[in-house]
Amino acid sequence: MEEISLHVLDVVQNSLNAGAALIHIEVDEQEQADTLTVRVADDGSGMPPEFVAKVTDPFVTTRTTRKVGLGLPLFMQGAKAADGDFSIQSEVGKGTRLCATYRRSHIDRQPVGDMAGTVQTLVLCNPDTDFVYTRRFNDRSFTLDTRELRRALGSEVPLNAPEVQAWIRDYLIEGEKGLLEVSDR
Amino acid sequence: MKTLQELEEIRKRTLETMNLRKESEGTRIVVGMATCGIAAGARPVLLKIMEEVEKRNLSGVTVAQTGCIGLCQLEPIVEVYKPGQEKVTYVKMTPEAAARVVAEHIVNDQVVLEQTVGRFQV
Repeated sequence: MEEISLHVLDVVQNSLNAGAALIHIEVDEQEQADTLTVRVADDGSGMPPEFVAKVTDPFVTTRTTRKVGLGLPLFMQGAKAADGDFSIQSEVGKGTRLCATYRRSHIDRQPVGDMAGTVQTLVLCNPDTDFVYTRRFNDRSFTLDTRELRRALGSEVPLNAPEVQAWIRDYLIEGEKGLLEVSDR
Repeated sequence: MKTLQELEEIRKRTLETMNLRKESEGTRIVVGMATCGIAAGARPVLLKIMEEVEKRNLSGVTVAQTGCIGLCQLEPIVEVYKPGQEKVTYVKMTPEAAARVVAEHIVNDQVVLEQTVGRFQV
């Protein structure tokens, strides 16, 4: 994986497979503290403690096509290579929280990448799941909350309607740009 | 700046065209999005398909994702299900090839043979 955003796209599949109805995604960059933090939290089925303990082992997976699962191990490897950390907390019946931290200025820190593409893909492919995506840069932030979009659209128009998708894409790109413009000054 | 008011306009416009859509059974385009697919570049392929569908104003086409199809070495993989036709599996997809599949297969019913799994697997 070349970008952190691809790891996010990948691990959210786990949340979806766990039957999550609401998934929070947060990417938080703090220049002063020199940190980059990625958080994913879902309200899916959760995992028992013994499974959480071994879930970053590549030879542990719930997939049935093969005996290896590289999603979480690769995510963790990226964080650890950038002087960061990786943790998963989960509770059966409640959901799972994942947190990856990076030293932002570390030479091996992966680029955040196309988070707009990741979020758009997730909403497009899972129009019945709700996502709350928050992007922070220092003290600025913006949020996309699909529950708000749903309220505006009513129940008949799905979130994956082409015109809605175009709106979501533009919203995400504008939001990201707004954050970065401030950081250039 | 994008506003929620715009969504309400989109809602009205979409509702007007939606009744037409229900009459014909739709085409499904499915992209493999497990770790293997994502690492191989499935996301830009999927977004390109969506962009083309939107640009061409195609109705009755749904874009969806699936997990690992089991041919990781041939990812990104895209499967096309057209009503009444056999499934077509495209492999080693790129955004450019995805645009071709939409134009030639989805719109004009011509399978893009050189991108199909049969051409890659011996």
